[in-house]
Amino acid sequence: MDKYYLDYLSELEAEAIYVIREVWAQFNKPVILFSGGKDSILVTHLAKKAFYPAKIPFALMHVDTGHNFPETIAFRDEIAKKLEVELIVAKVQDSIDKGRVAEEKGKNATRNALQITTLLDAIEEHKIDCALGGARRDEEKARAKERFFSHRDDFGQWDPKNQRPELWNLLNGNHFEGEHFRAFPISNWTELDVWNYICRENIEIPSLYLAHERKMVWRNDTWLPYSEYLQDVNDEDIVTKRVRFRTLGDITITGAIESDCDTTEKIAMEVASMKMTERGNRSDDKRSESAMEDRKKQGYF
Amino acid sequence: MNLDKNQLLRFTTAGSVDDGKSTLIGRLLYDSKSIFEDQIDSIKNTSSQKGLDDIDLALFTDGLRDEREQGITIDVAYRYFTTPKRKFIIADTPGHIQYTRNMVTGASTANAALILIDARHGVIEQTKRHAFIASLLNIPHIIVCINKMDLVSFRESVYDQIVADFNDFASKMLTRDVKFIPMSALMGDNVVNRSENMPWYQAAPLLYTLEHLHISSDVNKIDVRFPIQTVIRPQREGFVDYRGYAGRLASGVLRVGDEVTALPSGFNSKVKSINSGTEEVTEAFAPMSIAVTLEDDIDISRGGMIVRSNNKPEVLQQFDVMICWLNEKKSQIRKKYKVLHANNEQQAMISNCVYKIDIETLKRDSEATDFTMNEIGRVTIKTSKSMLIDGYRENRTTGSLILIDPDTNETVAAGMIV
Repeated sequence: MDKYYLDYLSELEAEAIYVIREVWAQFNKPVILFSGGKDSILVTHLAKKAFYPAKIPFALMHVDTGHNFPETIAFRDEIAKKLEVELIVAKVQDSIDKGRVAEEKGKNATRNALQITTLLDAIEEHKIDCALGGARRDEEKARAKERFFSHRDDFGQWDPKNQRPELWNLLNGNHFEGEHFRAFPISNWTELDVWNYICRENIEIPSLYLAHERKMVWRNDTWLPYSEYLQDVNDEDIVTKRVRFRTLGDITITGAIESDCDTTEKIAMEVASMKMTERGNRSDDKRSESAMEDRKKQGYF
Repeated sequence: MNLDKNQLLRFTTAGSVDDGKSTLIGRLLYDSKSIFEDQIDSIKNTSSQKGLDDIDLALFTDGLRDEREQGITIDVAYRYFTTPKRKFIIADTPGHIQYTRNMVTGASTANAALILIDARHGVIEQTKRHAFIASLLNIPHIIVCINKMDLVSFRESVYDQIVADFNDFASKMLTRDVKFIPMSALMGDNVVNRSENMPWYQAAPLLYTLEHLHISSDVNKIDVRFPIQTVIRPQREGFVDYRGYAGRLASGVLRVGDEVTALPSGFNSKVKSINSGTEEVTEAFAPMSIAVTLEDDIDISRGGMIVRSNNKPEVLQQFDVMICWLNEKKSQIRKKYKVLHANNEQQAMISNCVYKIDIETLKRDSEATDFTMNEIGRVTIKTSKSMLIDGYRENRTTGSLILIDPDTNETVAAGMIV
């Protein structure tokens, strides 16, 4: 075998670093959208490599629903401190207080959709012209259509029928005042690629991804973590389970799976044998067949 | 599972509307067990709602609401699957009206192109156009999938005739590696599993073929071309004097100590260090993303290029390209466009249309003066400053460019330097 070839993880890494550097070169005020989940942690790790030995030249921006796992917030603050980068926190609660959005009602109420307004307001307020995100095309069918550089109009909207063709590695970030871009450097990674890379690079992740004992509630065909934000819970509904999370989002909608995997190596093995998609237990996607597409058109990340 | 040595293979699919492209991709994913149970359940549901007895494999690839409602595919989508041998990226391009533009987009990064032929119809005009575009885009490997063999009773003579017809017109094409596989995507013959219906076909099924394509030598390892994306200057303790030129090595192998020339200034220096991420390495090769420091402090910024001193690209302000027009607004002679090429953006105009290719007949029309969406042809481009270019056949990265309309900021053309 030829000595000069990259294995697939190294090639994905090289591609992602290239995209991150293009963002830096083509935009005035880019940020990394940081949720505390593995994908945004990965993007941050790759950004560190892209500019080494300089510091990451972007701020991290967290759209905070207020319904968080405490572990996520601790992890977020720690990473910003360690990397010496600015942390912008845009709070959904502030948007509610200002009357920009109204809280959902009922048993399945979540703040997930409310994030859109908070995100778009923060983009405007901080004059952000490119938001780097950890979205992957394998996550969801609407995301399979995404570009590395994804144009958003003045209203923050994504138009799947009017995307710029992306050829070779030539990324066109030209835009007018008021418009912005979303950039997705890990578009070509799958869930398994992410875990294999986390193992290989020994990247630190929140403990929520590893198996732990937790109080859970069975609802909407999935195990949801018990928290003060979950509506209408009776004492008898709460059971203690050994679980881990495959994705991390708003605590009210993030389903867990029963698992004993307590190392990233074991997780990679488990993910390789998974029979269900990663977002299969995200109740925000179960609302309708095109839930993600509809949210993305409005400006969702 | 030890995946460390696995390579990434990118391929694209081309076929007419009813050649069974979506079914083939669905079959490939389904039989290689790359589809999750919740996805299968959802497709089963939709299939039975549509009154079908079996599951419609084509539904795996249509993601958007309009696509499901209208049963059409809009724009390129990307699919992924992994086998113990390789990771695959499929650029799933729609076969409808906009096929040229979409095929060019999907093909630009592909190692291999799958060209579908309906066994009942054989080599048709559309097949020739797909092969022509694959050849124009210099895709290293072509796999001709002769599909729907079940509808011609799996006859070897049908296959032989199509292979002969394809080879007949393809003899002029530049693609080095062309393979033929008879299959039935609907029934699953020779996609992932070997067909029992075609014992006369002795070679491998599609998946095995994709797993074993030799792609290491597809990347140009000879000519060092290092376009600069950005300059890294940490100005922090321990790195006060560090000045790193960051970019992705387009081709060649670069080593510490190499004599290099910085373009466009033309100053010579030596490679002092190479960083791959946080690690210092002694050599780097395409397509690695690296940061390089030089022995001397010389002026080089985004859009510049570091090359081996005895092997330089051409420095030109006027040159010919094959373009594919991508936009609804037609091209205009002497209009000022932006050109983006190897991290370098500047102004450009089409100064002359050399010829347009009639995509139906592949004949050249030298009377043409503009291009409308999906048209292909040769033009002369003039740029505001000299550009550092190679021919597309020698170098896919330094030989390719896009044109951007400054009025809309849209990418309006893809160009391959002749």
